[in-house]
Amino acid sequence: MTRIFASAGAEFRIALRNRWVTIAVTMMALFSIVLSAAGSAPTGVLGADKLSVTVASLTSLAVYLVPLLALLMSFDAVAGEVERGTLPLVLTYPVSRAELLLGKFVAHLMILGLAVAVGYGIAAAAAITIDPHASAGIPALIRLFWTSLLLGAAFIAIGYALSAIARRPGAAAGLAIGLWLAMIVLYDLGLLAAVVADSGGYFTIHVFPWMLIANPADAFRLYNLAASEATAAAAGIGGAASTIPAAHALASIILWPLVGLVLATLAFRKVTP
Amino acid sequence: MTNLTLSQVTKTFDQTRALDGVGFTVASGERVALLGHNGAGKSTLMKIILGLIPFDSGTVTVMGDAPGSHAARRQVAYLPENVAFHPALTGLEQIRYYLRLRGENPGAAMGLLERVGLSDAAKRRIGTYSKGMRQRVGLAQALIGNPRLLVLDEPTSGLDPVSRREFYAMLDELATEGAAILLSSHALTEVEARTDRIVILSKGVMVANDTLAALRRQAALPTHLQVIARPGAADAVAAQLHGARMNGVMVNLTCAHDEKLARLGQVTALGAMIEDVEVIPPSLEDIYSHFSLQADGRAIR
Ligand SMILES: Nc1ncnc2c1ncn2[C@@H]1O[C@H](COP(=O)(O)OP(=O)(O)OP(=O)(O)O)[C@@H](O)[C@H]1O
Ligand SMILES: [Mg+2]
Repeated sequence: MTRIFASAGAEFRIALRNRWVTIAVTMMALFSIVLSAAGSAPTGVLGADKLSVTVASLTSLAVYLVPLLALLMSFDAVAGEVERGTLPLVLTYPVSRAELLLGKFVAHLMILGLAVAVGYGIAAAAAITIDPHASAGIPALIRLFWTSLLLGAAFIAIGYALSAIARRPGAAAGLAIGLWLAMIVLYDLGLLAAVVADSGGYFTIHVFPWMLIANPADAFRLYNLAASEATAAAAGIGGAASTIPAAHALASIILWPLVGLVLATLAFRKVTP
Repeated sequence: MTNLTLSQVTKTFDQTRALDGVGFTVASGERVALLGHNGAGKSTLMKIILGLIPFDSGTVTVMGDAPGSHAARRQVAYLPENVAFHPALTGLEQIRYYLRLRGENPGAAMGLLERVGLSDAAKRRIGTYSKGMRQRVGLAQALIGNPRLLVLDEPTSGLDPVSRREFYAMLDELATEGAAILLSSHALTEVEARTDRIVILSKGVMVANDTLAALRRQAALPTHLQVIARPGAADAVAAQLHGARMNGVMVNLTCAHDEKLARLGQVTALGAMIEDVEVIPPSLEDIYSHFSLQADGRAIR
């Protein structure tokens, strides 16, 4: 435990010095401010309080931004150490590779949590100032916060795995961007195209829901939308959300960080300094 | 007690045979120098001892355990060649981190940095350090927590002459406390005076493993006698001793190790014609070349 915290402490300091903490927090804050400004006009959703509406738009924002931030922080984790030549020495210390990764993980997750908290905090404050009934949306906001952490954790862990597989920061960055595009943008487009082509057949009913929750980003969106009916109408894939139990989506976003960490540890074990 | 035992260690990279049947031991309190040309396999051997890279065959025992095992790592300190640290951390933060990884009190960091003469720069980022200063951070971390075996890859590279002397003084202390030390170096003269035993690798083959005195005897390299004659007597001295006159007063003689005393006798017999005489034993450079070249010859045959 002390070893994990020792490595987390060093990693947090490095992120602070490299301005990563500032960049992450500023990025989330900026997007939240823009989102709040855009959403301050009266919306057409009946019966929904301002904060619930904000949570719905934050959800669609987080699906893109949280994985991006997570991958940006994590792609350098192993490849950067290989490149700098800092790996041989630390691997001769009585600390396991899993512990080293967990230390980085704790630090990176803390930074992400900080950024997300600041961003959502700003958006929530804006909503509450405008709408006195907005406090009704607080449970949805809290749910959005911890699921965002899980989503971020999944992509941080996957980023470590990519970093260990690539072994060079340049290649790791390329892999991370490719993965983000594939999982966040192309995956949904591909599924959508398949559903349209299938037009309500076997794929749409039996395969599509599972493929949707297999992707942590989609599972995240589904869980948050399914859990708050008030906002389900605002979502494009609301229809699909109703056929998938929220518990399955939740299981997916809980499992992904664990799977990612296992994959990352296995890939890191293969790296010879 | 034997802290490190190697036997028949062989390692091949793709086509290169980096190590070929290397075997030696380092006992508690012993300082062993690992010498060899560039690419002889020194760093490879050290990485194997630390469990950083696998080896093909042979056995390696570190403090009675497998190399790289948790138990072995707790008792072994390493200084890699070209040691690197994260440039964003300060020297103090870096050492505190390493102390915590070893389960030691991070409060000891400043003391360690003082020991290597870095207390003034302790709170500056390592990115601003000079090469020698980074090397000192590397030395400081190798001192953490009473290691029983220190594996130091070119520890004095980048250090100034004064720091080198301080470094070897520190090694003496560690060895006196019972640590086993294996260090590699290209600076033969400093190794000569400061280590107990010398291991020479040549293209992955161990060609020597003994004390310097024993190696000197084995190599049977000629000893040089430098005779200084009184002014005007140089020619006569050179003729009498069958030596070569170098300049106005100096005559050079070469003899085998066991002829040395007889030769000195002849010199002293000349009495008043002699001003001074200097005995120059074969240097470590000579011995090193002898063993490395001998191995080369063997490889060709
Ligand atoms: N990862 C590797 N892949 C392939 N060959 C390697 C690798 N590491 C070392 N070698 C080869 O093994 C041999 C021994 O290298 P090593 O680094 O051990 O030499 P060295 O004695 O430390 O040399 P130097 O004095 O220059 O530090 C060299 O021929 C080197 O090219
Ligand atoms: Mg080397």
